[in-house]
Amino acid sequence: MSIVENHTLTLTPRISEAGVADYIALLKPRVMSLVIFTALVGLMIAPGHFHPVLAFTSILCIAVGAGASGALNMWYDADIDALMSRTAKRPVPAGRVTPQEALAFGLTLSFFSVMTLGILVNWVAGGLLAFTIFFYAVVYTMWLKRFTAQNIVIGGAAGALPPVVAWAAATGSLAVEPILLFLIIFFWTPPHFWALALFRTDDYARANVPMLPVVAGANATRLQILLYTVVLVAIAAAPWPLGYFDAAYGISSLALGAGMLWLAIKVYRNREGAPALRAARQLFGFSILYLFALFAILLLEVVVKAAAPLFW
Amino acid sequence: MDKEKPPGIVLTEAQKKRQRERSIAIALALGVLVVLFFAVTIVKGSGVLVRPM
Repeated sequence: MSIVENHTLTLTPRISEAGVADYIALLKPRVMSLVIFTALVGLMIAPGHFHPVLAFTSILCIAVGAGASGALNMWYDADIDALMSRTAKRPVPAGRVTPQEALAFGLTLSFFSVMTLGILVNWVAGGLLAFTIFFYAVVYTMWLKRFTAQNIVIGGAAGALPPVVAWAAATGSLAVEPILLFLIIFFWTPPHFWALALFRTDDYARANVPMLPVVAGANATRLQILLYTVVLVAIAAAPWPLGYFDAAYGISSLALGAGMLWLAIKVYRNREGAPALRAARQLFGFSILYLFALFAILLLEVVVKAAAPLFW
Repeated sequence: MDKEKPPGIVLTEAQKKRQRERSIAIALALGVLVVLFFAVTIVKGSGVLVRPM
């Protein structure tokens, strides 16, 4: 007698019901909007003339590359996304897109964004975009995120690179100014994400993601937030005395930095209950406004300088 | 005797609708790519063959 009985195995292929909106969600549109904006500033402050069609191409490729990183992140992180309330409704954990579809989508967009930027603009920018995608999808998502509490500190480099890629697209090289923009976003990332982690600690703990509040506790995180905010405010203001950006930027940077610092101190001092959660939420919200405003001022300076000869 | 062909995979209306939407999105994306390459070729003119590092 055979142990294995005769069975008819019916394989029903899974027919995708994923809509266009699900694929757009894979691109992390909110993250992409910040990437587009910071890249636009990197492009606008670059010296020399850059044809608008090439500028549009560069921004489009950077945006699509950022979206590809998001899709690859959602493919790999579907297991932990399903455990966290903030991410459980994403297309892959919700079952609307299969992991294979997300992977294929991410790889396809990565390939086309890098190749298009390299062929149509230049290969310094194309190479930097490839590195950015690799750093976010492989170094951050596959390695750092589940391995160390410093995940978002080191991984923040990926989010800080878009203005550098944009500068490279416009000039074909690198300089101090895009590095300064990189440093601002790099040091902005820890206070921003740790503020989020403070009011989402349970989520991260459930998913076994070693975010700082889960590993080191909320109070250690509050201290780190304060320290990183002090460094951030100093670095964000530094380009003014160093002569890279104007006084308008410098003064605005200090004013906005005072707001960041005040909220970081509030987070440090309010350690219990609702006031603690409220302080973390306020810092998280303001940090987005802070970065947006800093880069908007740089953009405004460029526009004003370009328009000034028309009026005077 | 007539042997009926097995029906194979029959898509539901919802699946057909989503498939059509995805096909249109892919067509649009490819269209944008073609227009982009065409526009940059025109902008660069003879410089299109120059590949700066």
